Amino acid sequence: MSIGKYDFNEKSILKFEPQEHEIAIETKNLQVYYGNNHALFDGNLQFERYKITSLIGASGSGKSTYLRSLNRMNDNVARVDGQIMYRGLDVNTSKINVYEMRKHIGMVFQRPNPFSKSIRENITFALKEQGLKNKNKLNQIVEQSLRDAALWDEVKDDLDKSAWSLSGGQQQRLCIARTIAMKPDILLLDEPASALDPISTSKIEETLVELKKRYTIIIVTHNMQQASRISDFTAFFHLGHILEYDKTKHIFTMPKVTATNDYISGNFG
Amino acid sequence: MGTKLQNNIAITIIRVIAALVVLILVLLLGKILIAGVPHISWHFLTAPSQSFESGGGIGVQLFNSIYLLVLTLIISFPISLGAGIFLSEYAPKNFFTAVVRMSIEVLSSLPSVVVGLFGFLLFVVQFQMGFSILSGAVALTFFNLPLLTRNIEESLRAVPNLQREAGMALGLSKWRTVTKIILPEALPGIITGVVLGAGRVFGEAAALIYTAGQSATNIDFGNWNPFNSASPLNLLRPAETLAVHIWKINSEGVMPDAAAVSAGSSAVLIIAVLIFNLLARVLGNSLYRKLTATK
Amino acid sequence: MEDPIKSKIQSTSKETRQDILGRCLTYLCIGLIVAIVLSIFIFVASKGIATFTVNKASLWEFLTGKNWNPTVTDASGKPQLGALPMITGSFGVTILAVIFATPFAIGTALYMTEVSSKKGEKILQSVIELLVGIPSVVYGFIGLSVIVPFVRTHFGGSGYGILSGSFVLFVMVLPTVTSMTVDSLRAVPRYYKEASLALGATRWQTIYKVLLRSATSGILTAIIFGMARAFGEALAVQMVIGNAAIMPKGLLSSASTLTSVLTMGIGNTVMGTVGNNALWSLALILLLMSLIFNIVVRLIGRKGRMD
Ligand SMILES: Nc1ncnc2c1ncn2[C@@H]1O[C@H](COP(=O)(O)OP(=O)(O)O)[C@@H](O)[C@H]1O
Ligand SMILES: [Mg+2]
Repeated sequence: MSIGKYDFNEKSILKFEPQEHEIAIETKNLQVYYGNNHALFDGNLQFERYKITSLIGASGSGKSTYLRSLNRMNDNVARVDGQIMYRGLDVNTSKINVYEMRKHIGMVFQRPNPFSKSIRENITFALKEQGLKNKNKLNQIVEQSLRDAALWDEVKDDLDKSAWSLSGGQQQRLCIARTIAMKPDILLLDEPASALDPISTSKIEETLVELKKRYTIIIVTHNMQQASRISDFTAFFHLGHILEYDKTKHIFTMPKVTATNDYISGNFG
Repeated sequence: MGTKLQNNIAITIIRVIAALVVLILVLLLGKILIAGVPHISWHFLTAPSQSFESGGGIGVQLFNSIYLLVLTLIISFPISLGAGIFLSEYAPKNFFTAVVRMSIEVLSSLPSVVVGLFGFLLFVVQFQMGFSILSGAVALTFFNLPLLTRNIEESLRAVPNLQREAGMALGLSKWRTVTKIILPEALPGIITGVVLGAGRVFGEAAALIYTAGQSATNIDFGNWNPFNSASPLNLLRPAETLAVHIWKINSEGVMPDAAAVSAGSSAVLIIAVLIFNLLARVLGNSLYRKLTATK
Repeated sequence: MEDPIKSKIQSTSKETRQDILGRCLTYLCIGLIVAIVLSIFIFVASKGIATFTVNKASLWEFLTGKNWNPTVTDASGKPQLGALPMITGSFGVTILAVIFATPFAIGTALYMTEVSSKKGEKILQSVIELLVGIPSVVYGFIGLSVIVPFVRTHFGGSGYGILSGSFVLFVMVLPTVTSMTVDSLRAVPRYYKEASLALGATRWQTIYKVLLRSATSGILTAIIFGMARAFGEALAVQMVIGNAAIMPKGLLSSASTLTSVLTMGIGNTVMGTVGNNALWSLALILLLMSLIFNIVVRLIGRKGRMD
């Protein structure tokens, strides 16, 4: 069987040996359906801890669908079958406390979506909801997460301004800060820089490279330079199938699959 | 006849119709205000009404209208809020939701006199509460619920889904996401709707004639103990509102200055409605600006 | 050592409880509304049916009888419960009001969507909002002080009657029909209009052949909503129609509607008597008519989608 003009049996998926690598999260046979539309087939990927993994592929190839399934943002939107292994548990079951899980698997979206609250409250809101009341501690987290997101210097004097008064790039970094303030284990980002100018984009890239010392990062991007610049591993998606997964440098220098090769060399169609 | 000429005639007719509609409103407002405003004075707004003599005011009725409005909002807002949140955030696509939507539609199109009669049947006849402010407020609640619910649902729906995902992705419960993030962002629309609804409630009479009643008992504005039957706050006293008062004097008023009193009352009612309309806009806009503002 | 995160994601938390609470609260509110609607129907229906079950009146005579005199018994010892005068009155004012209002509503809607500048549209929008906002007793008062004398001098009679009632209702339903017509005109895809204009049709031809035709089901819905509002309006009509529960002899003689007889009568009859039950039967007719208007709107909507 073939998909488009490519053979979907021509696949090359990297597999880690758990003894040598620490695997932060892994999917086994993940299938996603929007109604009758089977949008993701056989998602089998492992993500190594403290690495950046990019998901690349054409628009509509299922990257967001896959990413959003990892922290169950697709509940109520799509049917997700298969296993998502996290800390030895399959978290794709109804027994799992999704709220608790999402605190450890954070997500940043394609379009910046800060709350209509002040910059400070955007970060402290969820922490307060969790019961953190100590003012000093909260201020400390606000500063640290804004520094981590490379936004501190720009906003430190306006923490009580509305978040909606920031520029798009600043808003997106605020969203990153808000997510890492929760001290997640894994950070999922869905094209976080697609709507931003080059300067904001490079700031966010620097931030991510800095953050991977402490977080496992999975990022969807349609920008191949970005993938090759910042990521350690890359997965290539095509029409809902994951055709190739390998170290980024292998993917971009000697891809094993025809479709990947065509995609990264721009002969895709 | 040339198509060109036909076109011009038709467009002219359309313009004339629109002008006539504006004229109707201008005449209406003009008539009410010109006939009524001269009768409005501090005495008129605060004095108790007279049944057989001239010189009566509308003080008690005005107070009753405002008190009923406040009570109605206190009862109907939380219910509509819950119902609106259900419809916009929780409603599954199933038979139950279809029944709910249909019920709300039916309730919103029921004649207000039927709603009032139901209130009469339930409170005055069944519970033997007599004509009372409380019965009136509940009847007005029935009348206000569907509009308010729909308004809240629409305002919530207008908040982008991205905001819900933002909350959910931080591990917040859906309930907290809705009440603490989505609701504040929907507030400008909700407030506009509440105030417009308040204007409607303020002028409603048919639902009140047989619930809150048609008599303005003399109340003692020095007595604010709600359990005393002479207290303005007493929930179980009958309470004629301004709108009911206008109806009453026009159908059976025998005081010599009935025409003047009803003109004055109508003008007060219209001015109140105008204020509500204006307030709805101003509040909605300023709240919206506050949301997006650089504090 | 047990992984703390692992055990946390396996147990319930504050969020789980919040969501259960939220779900319960919203279901409670929505359940309350459904219960209110159901009890309105049950209460009014059970009272309204009593005329026929307890007092053994004939449904047919009720709907077609021309004499309404619940307190007086006729030769056969039965009260006269003919509701036809009120039914006629209600339909009379409703239909006339809508006949007056529809051309105005369509004209105004066309002005707002097709003819005017942005500013004119804004003005008309405010006009409509204000017309909606004016309370019905104020319409009644204006009816009484302006329309009744006007009808008396220009058409004759006492001035009270179906014609005055329809004039008042005309203004009251005008904003409803107009704003819904505006919505349905706006829903017509832009390219329909552009295609027609590009083919050389004049503005009016485009309005007439394209816009109005594609918006027909929406406009019909608007008219039905207007009828529902007119049919259910009580006080404004009651103040100008004269309130004589007799078969109307024309548009200029005193008449009555279901709502007017109800508002005048409920307070003057004793609960449980035939006279009172008969009034509840009138209320039941109002309730059923409101349901019928709803169903018609749904049918039109369904048909509109199929076209
Ligand atoms: N919410 C949704 N409802 C229905 N179909 C969807 C939804 N989101 C995505 N899809 C479908 O799933 C497929 C993959 O989409 P997506 O995961 O968004 O692709 P990508 O992120 O790679 O551009 C597309 O065919 C898209 O139409
Ligand atoms: Mg995507």
